[in-house]
Amino acid sequence: MALVTPPHVDTAWATAAEIASAVAGGQVSAAAVVDNALARMTRVNPRLNAFTAFTEERARARARAIDASRNKAEMPLAGVPFAVKNLFDIEGLATLAGSKINRANAPAKHDSPLIERLEAAGAVLVGALNMGEYAYDFTGENIHDGPSRNPHDLARMTGGSSGGSGGAVAGGLVPLALGSDTNGSIRVPSSLCGIFGLKPTYGRLSRARSFPFVASLDHLGPFARSVRDLAICYDAMQGPDPTDPACAQRPAEPVSAQLERGIRGLRIAVAGGYFRKGAFAEALVAVDRVAIALNARDEIDIPEVHRARSAAYVITATEGAALHIDRLRNRARDFDPAVRDRLIAGAMVPAALVNKAQIFRRWYRDRALELFERWDALIAPATPCTAPAIGEQTISLDGVRMPLRPNLGIYTQPISFIGLPVVAVPVSLKPLPIGVQIITAPWREDIALRIGRALEQMGAVEAPRPRL
Amino acid sequence: MIDKPLEEFVEAAAAALGLPLEPEWKAAVAANLDVTLKHANTVAGFRLPDDAEPAPVFKA
Repeated sequence: MALVTPPHVDTAWATAAEIASAVAGGQVSAAAVVDNALARMTRVNPRLNAFTAFTEERARARARAIDASRNKAEMPLAGVPFAVKNLFDIEGLATLAGSKINRANAPAKHDSPLIERLEAAGAVLVGALNMGEYAYDFTGENIHDGPSRNPHDLARMTGGSSGGSGGAVAGGLVPLALGSDTNGSIRVPSSLCGIFGLKPTYGRLSRARSFPFVASLDHLGPFARSVRDLAICYDAMQGPDPTDPACAQRPAEPVSAQLERGIRGLRIAVAGGYFRKGAFAEALVAVDRVAIALNARDEIDIPEVHRARSAAYVITATEGAALHIDRLRNRARDFDPAVRDRLIAGAMVPAALVNKAQIFRRWYRDRALELFERWDALIAPATPCTAPAIGEQTISLDGVRMPLRPNLGIYTQPISFIGLPVVAVPVSLKPLPIGVQIITAPWREDIALRIGRALEQMGAVEAPRPRL
Repeated sequence: MIDKPLEEFVEAAAAALGLPLEPEWKAAVAANLDVTLKHANTVAGFRLPDDAEPAPVFKA
């Protein structure tokens, strides 16, 4: 392995933008960046358990191709290593989706379109990442592969279900990762690991060739340690895809060039009521810090938000059960028992109640859209608490002790329920970071990212560097 | 503590739907169903007009 340490680029902690600039400008080779990333992954991953597979061979070949390319100066992600939650198809690997059962599946014939688009922009796939089984999880624990570990405290959870994505980015193994978010699985690990995450509008990014969970709620999106990196990655993945029926027929709307436009004139409010109830002090401190930085003085209530969370819960349980019902019938013992019991229960919910949840969904969407006539963005906590200890089973919210696994997502679930775009931004509290959601109207990722960038420039949010 | 009728429902539903249900799974499945039904009833308790349309394929 050619371990060339580039003179000006610390590739473990450099941003994707810095790496791409150095590779495009010839200060460092993509091959050296990728070699360094693979070496660090080999050294650090045994502690973080973020990866379930390294793709060294293809990564090195891809890096060599970038170095040989005459177009590398035009590649916005030239030589940038990235990794994906193991529910994305990677050519030649079985798509695990965190399960034991899928290990027997045939290897994927093609990469997912989001991998293809990132690689077309010069990025280099270096591996697949750990996740909660079939994405039905907020902890980042996995009974088959072991838990993803939080780089800020290895005894604590990363959050899930995109736990490996959170750990790999926060731990400096890769500057970019992809994950999925059905009810909060990008925003929860972003919060607990202290990094930035983008859950775009439902239908913005193609989900083709990724293993689904709840088709009517599933989103894919990126993690990074800076807002600019999120934006570059997001821009590279945009655009319609007829192979995902939910993917909108909208042209790409690039945001990178708009990041520095600032927040002047934007109307920003804090989501109160439900979002302050049950939150631990640190979650409220983080929201207040962001609100003060943005001069967001008004507090609003999202109508019936608790019912939105309930409706998302019901649709998740039942659509998830529908997806897995044959596996439940034939392979029930091969599931994580916690996932199996939830899915079996989901199969027993009367359809009449599920339809009520879908009817409510449209009503609630309309109320939320009314709110965005008055406000450009809403601020809310991403999680009720900082990272719990691995193995913790319960959490006390508003004085009531309840199961941890489904309840880490109480603040994310009612937002993804209607597909609103969210940037999760990290507030670097001690000893552990925690995230805040910047929520905007459908298709206004640009505003959420601009606000995130402004907060970053003010020093109100940052991805803290762990001691590893 | 889960009501006996719900545990009985779980048992009957598993048989009717052809779902496996080991005796040691029953309590956890019933507990999960109990939570899910409470959420479902939270939603169903919100009155909407008969012509309110569902959003099975959501468009933002």
